[in-house]
Formats: sequence, structure tokens, C-alpha cells
Amino acid sequence: MHKKNISDDRKKYLRKKYIKKISIVITQISILIAFIAIWEISANKGLIDSFIMSQPSKILKTFINLSSNDLLMHIQVTCNETLIGFLLGTGIGIVIAIILWWSDFFSKVSEPYLVVLNSLPKVALGPVIIIWVGAGTSAIITMAIAISLVVTILDILNGFLETDKEKIKMARTFNCTKFQLLTKIIIPANVSNFINSLKINIGLSMVGVITGEFLVSKAGLRIFNKLWKPGI
Amino acid sequence: MKKILEIKDISKIYQAKNGEIEALKNINLIVYEGELLSIIGPSGCGKSTLLSIIAGLEPKTSGKLYIDGEETTKNSTKIGYMLQKDSLLEWRSIYRNVMFGLEIRHLKTEENKAYVEELLKKYNLYEFKDKYPSQLSGGMRQRVALIRTLAVKPKILLLDEAFSALDYQTRLMVTKDIYKILKNEKITAVMVTHDISESISMSDRIAVLSSRPATLKCIKKIDFNIENRDPLNVRETPEFSKYFDSIWKELDVHA
Repeated sequence: MHKKNISDDRKKYLRKKYIKKISIVITQISILIAFIAIWEISANKGLIDSFIMSQPSKILKTFINLSSNDLLMHIQVTCNETLIGFLLGTGIGIVIAIILWWSDFFSKVSEPYLVVLNSLPKVALGPVIIIWVGAGTSAIITMAIAISLVVTILDILNGFLETDKEKIKMARTFNCTKFQLLTKIIIPANVSNFINSLKINIGLSMVGVITGEFLVSKAGLRIFNKLWKPGI
Repeated sequence: MKKILEIKDISKIYQAKNGEIEALKNINLIVYEGELLSIIGPSGCGKSTLLSIIAGLEPKTSGKLYIDGEETTKNSTKIGYMLQKDSLLEWRSIYRNVMFGLEIRHLKTEENKAYVEELLKKYNLYEFKDKYPSQLSGGMRQRVALIRTLAVKPKILLLDEAFSALDYQTRLMVTKDIYKILKNEKITAVMVTHDISESISMSDRIAVLSSRPATLKCIKKIDFNIENRDPLNVRETPEFSKYFDSIWKELDVHA
């Protein structure tokens, strides 16, 4: 891939690839703009009720109004809580998944419990969480962890158990220890799995934080529900 | 000749949920230094089980196993094992892939690194050492897998259907390449295959197993009167088809 030896076909190919990449981004942005524009126009024309559905221009006005009302501070509180819940949920989830991978016995024992915990509506645990950890930031973060933790464990463990058996056998022919198997085969083979899990967890943590703020907030974005009046 | 591997009366009985399965029955086999011995038998007879037992990946039910004169009970470091799939790690460069075994065994000395680099150079892979497995052809990947195995300097190399995942033409070229490497480096090898032609073309001796429970039916010595023997040129000799016929009869295949 030296620059001096690029053939015409190669140039065409690279150009085609570049154009495709650019058109994807342009289309993505256009969809967003079109969505906002149609929303704004149909609210102006009275096609939708802006009292219920709001309107982009009103949202912007309210945002500017509220900025003087410490909106940014509240956004930051929510973001921090989400980030902490996300990091803890993912981190603890991966550690537990490793422990369960290590011990087939514990993995089998915990299986029905994990399935039940996964289907449990975590929001219902809210009051219990407040009693356990107190009504404050810790309750919000616990909620975020509760929502993302079990899914993480199940996803990551599943990835671990489905790692290519041939690679594991290959490593065993070199007499690798279980720890080496974990660090040199299982974890690197599951990197894409980790990234997937991260993508899902950031959303789940956000849900957990908002739910937590509903229950106990003194600060954070949820506080605006108290100030929010329809139609402003 | 020096005995590298000695198998004495090895039997294997699997414990399964719905009973016992007798896979191997009183197998006796000796492999001498520098030779290439193939094990051939009807499919499902337990050829790969025998190899796994030699490698110590599976326990044997009874019998004794001597490698390089020492009795071996489990996973020996004197053994190199090559599987059907190359199992190269796609997140590592070729160089780091061939270093994998040395890394696992904590043997990354300057001397061993030099040996690996020498092997890579000798077998035309050195210029690819910074590439990743997905950028290499199937035949090259199999050569990389062989060098990864040879890097730990095994006393004996086990090949478990090592070429059967490749397409026919690549497979012929790879058997030739690998045969040359084994003979050049004077590697003692045991190869399991279901392909009669492949076993005749590469082996010095062929052990024929019966169907399950596998017993040793016979051992055929393969000798070609040919200069610079390699797995391709022996296929054109008249002896080749004679060997093929006699092994075919021994295998007693029923479709």
C-alpha cells in the first residue's frame, strides 16, 4: 500500500469507499434535520398539538430559560450518576462472569437464580433499595447497577462459554494454566462482546438513574419534572 | 533406532450417561526417532482419542505411555500437537502467534526467539510476521500453526487430521511443504488421517486400526524407490497403488 504505486482502479475504489462513507453521514444528519423541521412545521400548522407533543422552538426557548436555572449542573449530576452506575454495573458484571466461568459448579448453581433475577422488574425494588442504602445518590446508583448487572453477567458469561473450543484445545496443547487461558484466549476473544455489553449498559444505566431520581432526587434532570408545566 | 514413543497396552473406556463405550483396546505401538507414522482406521474408531491420550489431553483407562524413555501420565511438554483448524489467534500478529506456545510456557529466551525467526525465514513467512492471520492464505496459516508448534521444540509432533480443513489443491501443496519441514528439521511425527492416499504419501509406516473398539490390525512399512521423495512424486509410482490396495483391504470398508 505505497502511495506512489496507486493504480487508477485503486483510486476509483478508494474514492467509491470514501463517497459511501460521506453519504452515510450526510443521510444521517439529513434525517435528523428533516425530523425536527417536520415537527416544527406541523406544530405551527396545527397538525399536532404542541401542548402535548411540544415543539422544537419551544424546547430551545425553555432550555435557554432553564440554563440560568442551573440546568447544566443538573445535567452533570445525572451524567455523573449514569457514568458511575455504568462503570460499576459493567465492572462488577464482568468480574462475576469471570468467577462463574472459572467454576462450572457455581455457574450451574446460579443459573436459575440469574434467570429469575433477570426477569424481575428492578424498578419494583426501588423502595427496598432506599431502605437499604438511604435516600440519596447511593440509591440512584444502586438502581442503575441493579438494572444493568444481571444482563451484563448473562451476556458476558455466554460469550465466554461460546469461545471457540478449538482455540481452547490449542492453548491446552501447550499446557496452559486456567489463568493463562482466561487472559490469553477467553478475554481477548471476547473484546467485541465487551463492547456490545458496554453499548447496552450505558442505556440501561441511564434508565436506572432516571428511575432512581424519580424516587429520591434532590438534584439531576428528573428535578425538572417538578418545575415542568405542559406547553412551556 | 531410538524409541521416542512407546505405547503399551493402552485401553480407553468412556463413561457416558447411558453406559460405557469401549474406544480403544490393548493398543501397542512404538515410534522411532525421525520417522513419520500414520494411524489410519474407519471413521469414529478412536484414532483421535489415541492421539489425545498420547498428548495427555485425555486420561487413559489402562496401559502405559513412554515418551523419550520416561513414563508419562499427563500433559507432557515433550509433545507438539497440530489440529485440524489452525486456530491462529486473529488478534495477534503472525509473529506473536508463533510465539504463543513459548509465551505460555515462559520460554521466551533470546535463543528461542532466534530459532523462531530462523524457521519463519526458512519457510518464507518472515516478511509476513507483522501481518494478521486474516491476511494469509489457508496454506500459509497452516504453516504458521506448524511453526508455532515447532517453536517449543517438541520431541514428537502429533498431527490430528491437520490438513482436512483445506481444499484439495492447497492440501497437496501443504502436505508437501509440511513433509519437507518435518524431514528437514528431523521431526518425529504421528499423524492421524482418514485419507489413505495422504497417509501413504507422507508416512514411513502406517498403523491400521480396526473399527470400535479399536485394536491394532497391522503396521505397514512404506518404502519408495525414489530420489528426493515427497508427497507429490510418490503418487506417480507403481508402488503407490499397491500400497493403496493393501490398506484398502485391511480397512475393510463397508459403505
